[in-house]
Amino acid sequence: MFSLELKNISKTFGQFKANDGINLKVSSGEVHAILGENGAGKSTLMKIIFGLYTPDAGGEIFINGEKTRISSPRFAIKKGIGMLHQHFMLVRPFTILQNIILGIEPRNTFGMIDYQKARQEVLAISQNYNFNIDPDLKVENISVGMQQRVEILKTLYRNAELIILDEPTAVLTPQEIIEFYRIVKNLKADGKTILIITHKLHEIKEIADRCTIIRKGKYIETVDVATTSEADLASKMVGRKVDLKISKKIASPGAVVFEINNLNATNDKQLPAIKNLSLHLRKGEILGIAGIDGNGQSELVEALTGLRRVKSGSIKINESDITNLTPKAIYEKKLSMIPEDRQRRGLVMDFKVKENFVLQTISNKPFSHYGFILSRELSTFAQRMMERFDIRPRNIELNARNLSGGNQQKIILAREIANNPDVLIAFQPTRGLDVGAIEYIHNELIKLRDLGKSVLLISYELDEVINLSDRIAVIVEGSVTAEIKSEELARRKNIKEHIGFFMAGGNLEGITK
Amino acid sequence: MKKFLLSLLCVISGLLFGALILKLSGISAVEAYKVMWEGAFSRPSYIAYIMIRSTALILTGLSVAFAFRTGLFNIGAEGQFIIGALTAAYFGCAFHFSPWLQIPLVLLLSTLTASFYGGLAGFMKARFGVHEVISTIMLNWIALYFSNFMVMTEGFHKPNTETSEFINPTTSITFLENWKVSDAGSTWLAQHDFLREFLRPPVNAGIFIALICVIIIWIILSKTSFGFKLKAVGFSPEAARYAGINVNKKMTQSMMIAGALSGIAGATHVMGVSKNIAILAAHEGYGFDGIAVSLIGSNSPFGALLSGFFLGTLKYSGQKIQSALEAPSELISIMIGAIIFFIAIPVLFEKSINKILKLILKNEGEN
Repeated sequence: MFSLELKNISKTFGQFKANDGINLKVSSGEVHAILGENGAGKSTLMKIIFGLYTPDAGGEIFINGEKTRISSPRFAIKKGIGMLHQHFMLVRPFTILQNIILGIEPRNTFGMIDYQKARQEVLAISQNYNFNIDPDLKVENISVGMQQRVEILKTLYRNAELIILDEPTAVLTPQEIIEFYRIVKNLKADGKTILIITHKLHEIKEIADRCTIIRKGKYIETVDVATTSEADLASKMVGRKVDLKISKKIASPGAVVFEINNLNATNDKQLPAIKNLSLHLRKGEILGIAGIDGNGQSELVEALTGLRRVKSGSIKINESDITNLTPKAIYEKKLSMIPEDRQRRGLVMDFKVKENFVLQTISNKPFSHYGFILSRELSTFAQRMMERFDIRPRNIELNARNLSGGNQQKIILAREIANNPDVLIAFQPTRGLDVGAIEYIHNELIKLRDLGKSVLLISYELDEVINLSDRIAVIVEGSVTAEIKSEELARRKNIKEHIGFFMAGGNLEGITK
Repeated sequence: MKKFLLSLLCVISGLLFGALILKLSGISAVEAYKVMWEGAFSRPSYIAYIMIRSTALILTGLSVAFAFRTGLFNIGAEGQFIIGALTAAYFGCAFHFSPWLQIPLVLLLSTLTASFYGGLAGFMKARFGVHEVISTIMLNWIALYFSNFMVMTEGFHKPNTETSEFINPTTSITFLENWKVSDAGSTWLAQHDFLREFLRPPVNAGIFIALICVIIIWIILSKTSFGFKLKAVGFSPEAARYAGINVNKKMTQSMMIAGALSGIAGATHVMGVSKNIAILAAHEGYGFDGIAVSLIGSNSPFGALLSGFFLGTLKYSGQKIQSALEAPSELISIMIGAIIFFIAIPVLFEKSINKILKLILKNEGEN
């Protein structure tokens, strides 16, 4: 019997069909993956299942063989469906226990919250699945992996039989991901049904039994994971053959162009965020910075680009000191940046595409003459960029907001490359992009390297860092704790675990032990 | 197009809401609107009064709209207006040059002082992080009491009154002020009904100054790299900062220009209409009305022009229903409030606007 069955489910927003005749059969007790690119309609579908969206008329939903209309999340929960959102829905100053019982608190005879009973119940579930949590810790003090376990506990406490996980590993470290796989297997062993949304192929291979692929809102097919290769999954998802492995020549680094010496900077709370950090970058190489989110990466990028004051230390590009210069001056010294948050920092979303191409250069020739904008020059330039970087739709008059994430990122990439930088800082350059766009951005970065430019790649995706970099530095709490040279990158078999060990705060002494 | 339609729908809804209020007060809405319509357009002098009334509204509306495009909420148009008016009145009395020098000079000084006053709020935001809404509200009161203090200073104060001395006639921008009352003028005007009527109110050059300002601001915002950067700051200060734009400087500059516009409003009011300033017990509201003008005009220069005229008309003709129908003139404030209320919830009209746009597009396709 199917735990959940969808027949011909569609969802239209205005003219846009987010879901178009989706079929889905989830057997009881299996781990079922939903694979699709960003914007394929995965999240919409999950929101329909969880009662957040009402599907268009004409489709049917069955839970345990019984036809139902899921009208609200409350109803979905009652039917035994639990959902983990990509961004956790936890009250940070509350304890784990308070978070878990929030909304369905058990009461004692006086109408007060019966914490004792709640604690017993929560601990029982936690022990059953080996969750290993202390229910009295505050959520703001626990790790992201722990928060995820709290979210899972929340659904189990509400007697969920079917648990939906939306991109569950996006925020986890390699070690936490292994722990997460273990939890999923435990849940499955206990007879729970898991529906997992992802675009990471190896994740599906690791934990899923079957996989349903959707593309551009349409149902493509459901496959048996064990008998389908990663390459097959990828091509079904994208609709064409894709190269999973980045092909690049071995780097031939030249002279040092970018030097960071003993850099110190503080975060917004005035606490040290960058501590005595030193790095150098050569011509024609990609230096990757691996590290868990929140270990000073944002502060480092801001300090390098003039957005944050440097307390001490120096930054040099082409032997000229750029420490604490204005962002504009640093940009003019040929240091460009792809910012982490393209919608907030990289683009003015309510500006037209053509205007976003010249955010830094609007006052310069040929775009302005005596302070007046020459709109023809602007359009010609924008049009050229659209062609060169294949940005779609090819309409320079659209607001940046109306483009897909991949195309937005291409605008930024195009703009920064047009500045002809000697050093490009790429901060999470492929965050939230689909396979096709990731492939494109990666190839452009490698092209830049092959032209003899330097790329500083900072990413929370360890796979990306390993695949793209010629050399890797690991950043922990604002310091570089390890450096992996290119020979080692090529040689080592378990390189991911090796780097993951450093990312989690391990040091060389730990390895020799 | 979409924004214009939204404003239009909101205005219509506001008028309908006004009709409802009239109905509830037992007054015929049709009758009231007829009185207002006739009270606004049936005689040349009415139209002249509306032009006078609209001048300050357009300029303060423009001031608020301009700051808004840089992401700043200029509540301080009121204070900047007062500073502009005070400067114009003061130097209008103090200087005795020929009109060709006197008028531009006084106007320029008013613009500069008010620009400084507006810039102060921008500077405090940029330098110390003081929110401009807080600082401009404070500055409004400081301007009010400073103006009251200045009115009472010796030499400027007109003895035994609550007002300042009148400005020198050479400072006046009222059209044909002396000629109107001269023998030749009155005989000529006696034969020309329309102009006699039209010139009876203090029609002045202010409206042309306002028009020029609208055009200049439009050029700055849509044609210059300076305006480009201001808008970038307004839409996304983070992205602007990252792109190397000096966000703090742009905020200060934006507030300076906004202040200048409100200052010009105050100056034209003194130079064209009132000719002096008086002790004020409370704010007159020219600057606050600018906020309404800006909102109804969807924060665009030409929007401010249209909605300035609209509110000017409403405010002028609204007085007339009081005497004619004994309807409360506060009705106008209720209507303006309702319009802004509707504008604040654009979702309300989204569907109808999309329908209208579709209809228009369809018709164009058929033609």
